[in-house]
Amino acid sequence: MLNTIWFALWGLLWAVYFMLDGFDFGVGVLHPFIAKEDLERRMVINTIGPVWDGNEVWLITAGGATFAAFPTTYAYMFSYLYTPLFIILASLILRGVSFEFRGKIESEGWKKFWDFIIFLFSLIPAVLFGVAFGNIFMGLPFDTNGYHGTLFTLLNPYGLLTGVFFLLLFLEHGALWLSFKASNSVAERAQASAKKIWPLLLIVAVLFLAYTKFATKLYNNYISHPVWFIVPAIAVVSLLLIRAFMNSSYAKAFLSSCVTIVTVVFTGVIGLYPNLIPSSINPAYNLTIFNSSSSQYTLKVMLIVAVIFVPIVIAYQLWAHMLFKGTIKKEDLEDKEVETY
Amino acid sequence: MDTVLLARWQFAMTALFHFIFVPLTLGLSFLVAIMETAYVRTGNETYLRMTKFFGKLFLINFALGLVTGITLEFEFGMNWARYSKFVGDIFGAPLAIEATMAFFLESTFLGVWIFGWKKVSKKTHALSIWLVAFGTNISALWILIANAWMQHPVGYVIRNGRAEFVNFWAAALQPYAILKFLHTVSAGYVVGSFFVMGISAYHLLKNQEVDLFKKAFKIGAYFGLFASLVVFIVGDLHAGEVAKTQPTKLAAMESLWNTKKGAPMYLFLIPDEKHERNAVEIFGIPKMLSVLAYHNPNATVRGLKSFPKNDRPPVTITFISFRTMVALGTLFVLLTLFAFYLIKKDKLLDKKWFLKLMLFAIPLPYLACELGWIVAEVGRQPWIVYGLLRTSQGTSTAVMPSQIIMTIIGFIFLYSILGFIDIYLLIKYAKQVPEPATKEGGY
Ligand code: HDD
Ligand code: HEM
Ligand code: HEM
Repeated sequence: MLNTIWFALWGLLWAVYFMLDGFDFGVGVLHPFIAKEDLERRMVINTIGPVWDGNEVWLITAGGATFAAFPTTYAYMFSYLYTPLFIILASLILRGVSFEFRGKIESEGWKKFWDFIIFLFSLIPAVLFGVAFGNIFMGLPFDTNGYHGTLFTLLNPYGLLTGVFFLLLFLEHGALWLSFKASNSVAERAQASAKKIWPLLLIVAVLFLAYTKFATKLYNNYISHPVWFIVPAIAVVSLLLIRAFMNSSYAKAFLSSCVTIVTVVFTGVIGLYPNLIPSSINPAYNLTIFNSSSSQYTLKVMLIVAVIFVPIVIAYQLWAHMLFKGTIKKEDLEDKEVETY
Repeated sequence: MDTVLLARWQFAMTALFHFIFVPLTLGLSFLVAIMETAYVRTGNETYLRMTKFFGKLFLINFALGLVTGITLEFEFGMNWARYSKFVGDIFGAPLAIEATMAFFLESTFLGVWIFGWKKVSKKTHALSIWLVAFGTNISALWILIANAWMQHPVGYVIRNGRAEFVNFWAAALQPYAILKFLHTVSAGYVVGSFFVMGISAYHLLKNQEVDLFKKAFKIGAYFGLFASLVVFIVGDLHAGEVAKTQPTKLAAMESLWNTKKGAPMYLFLIPDEKHERNAVEIFGIPKMLSVLAYHNPNATVRGLKSFPKNDRPPVTITFISFRTMVALGTLFVLLTLFAFYLIKKDKLLDKKWFLKLMLFAIPLPYLACELGWIVAEVGRQPWIVYGLLRTSQGTSTAVMPSQIIMTIIGFIFLYSILGFIDIYLLIKYAKQVPEPATKEGGY
């Protein structure tokens, strides 16, 4: 029972992470296209300024929870996916410092350089997270002798498709975020992008769902327990709703996109159960929530911690989001008394 | 080159780099919180400008502390898979707790602090930097609990081929962890206060913003005196704990080869590892080592030769690091005492040489911190978990040496560029004169 609860929490942490940092990635990739001059770029960056670090902590927590609840999975997943993880890590490092460094020297070239860094190192992890998850859905080539793949094994068609799918999800998500957080011409360009990206996203989503049938065993759980089809169904509906809401409210479209991301992640996670990482060589080697978990005692201690602190975290993060709700205007950025990026 | 050596080099490099930024975060967050509280209490604009001035430096430093921390979190799984599997039941918990209890708090309220100058009341604004400060210290607590468990494992059984928890509190509250926490955070406070004092001294020497920087220096000096005394006293207790739990480390810290009752301490000695002796030993203080380690002049201290060769840590580096840290710790107490005296007598500005000295003393507490970690981690060798798992048994089997070499090169490249930019920006903004107050009065 505890193992299953932790499996659900594990999925939830990843889902929330992608829902939150997803728009940071989207904004990062889109900003050179949507914002034309320095002030506009600062506006874009400042829409995520107060929250991106808090968003990233969900990743650290997902990593920490994997370590605490499923240490064997943590150990294998991180050492098997060595190279992609290193690239993700380097990207997060570069993206993280660029927000702080960019505005600290008044020079055209300096700012252009960091703008490029923000773009590139938002793009790379957005794709690589997709590639990594696509491969986990399929299973990795490992047995008791260890891992038998390389970085290039991961770059198979299904992995790449999942990478593109994640990227488009995040781009749409980021464009919607900017559609109501930025103002004037920036918001207009963001809205136009959101409308252009959506059909692409829809096509890739359909391809992904279809390909999943052939490349993975994810649907087995759904066929044996059809009630769970509700989750992918919600994903599809909310994906369609995004487009519908765009005509009335971009904030609602954004919320719909949040639901889409969470349910997409859960579609995969439910399909995996009870595996965390299947072995593509032989199911006997699968890392499951039973053979790779911590002791019941540790799972219990950690559950107590999670039940107490996660709601507190959610409460103050929501408070902070409410505090910074409104749109960012150009005047706000020129106000010397307010610290901005 | 084998994976063990490479993984060790990589860990040493990335952890030492993370810990360039961490101690300043630990110390300066409190100092900035104190400055802002002074502003809220007195309404004096000078404190507001001081808060913003040091706050900016805090943020530049924080950025690198943050991103380099993520590396470490990943690294346990990437390079130390067998270790992670062996200790995961115990070790993962504090890491996960650290993220839920501390990192969210730090990052969320730092966002509020940076961007919230006009969004929240003065009091809430000051409260948010206090929450950041507590967050950094809670984070230190949990990571150090994890580290203390590697130094002195307690509250576990060996089951299913790994260490499993039987008592969470035994590990969380063991004296080793508490002492390590107190010692490390107060070391961070020393770094923070020397940073504030040194930068204030720079501006005082240039005769600019004298009022503001005199006040800042005073805050730094008082906080620094308190912190230096705590580091010193807790350091002594900590050494006592090491003597009890890790006799091999203690012997290496003191370069003691033969077991002795009422062991003396030599003020100057040169270890000679090859011949298992000290090449030079002078200025011995009788029974001093027994006193320091066990608080008893006739206690027996075990020497290195009483342990099998393959259970001994490297002696020279442990010994030199420890000696230098202790010497610096003594120096910090003296310097802050003198600063305290000068402030009390209002003679600070007359003693130009002292201000210059304090400016150049900024790197010293950093050095002491890095040396402290070298003592703790190199002195723990050859164990990754003391007495339970050898470092050589902790690495990842799925990782090739070439992969680690690639990432080491990547880190060196990335970290040296970022470190260089960060230090450049710190110096640039430290030299600037604080901005004038705005008409409306800040918020
Ligand atoms: C004594 C203090 C201390 C020590 C020994 C360590 N850290 Fe650290 N760490 C901090 C004190 C700290 C901090 C002061 O709390 C930081 C610095 C900047 C920040 O955001 O928090 C931090 C940041 C930080 C972050 C980023 C948090 C964020 O995004 O907000 C991570 C993931 C880690 N650390 C992880 C580690 C790991 C895995 C360590 C073990 C090797 C480690 N730290 C050693
Ligand atoms: C941030 C402060 C820290 C610094 C500067 C530091 C420094 C070092 C150094 C120099 C080594 C290499 C020792 C050697 O191989 O000879 C090392 C190894 C290691 N440390 Fe730390 N350390 C820090 C914090 C931690 C913490 C908090 C943990 C655990 C929670 C930890 C876990 C490890 C592990 C797993 C290794 C690798 C295995 C080994 O070489 O023993 N370190 N560290
Ligand atoms: C003044 C006398 C001091 C004594 C007797 C002392 C003692 C010790 C001892 C015994 C350790 C090793 C603990 C272990 O193996 O786990 C240690 C580690 C350390 N020391 Fe010191 N120390 C002193 C001063 C300082 C100063 C001035 C600083 C920095 C400002 C400092 C920073 C550190 C750090 C960061 C560590 C590593 C973390 C830890 O293990 O607690 N120490 N110290």
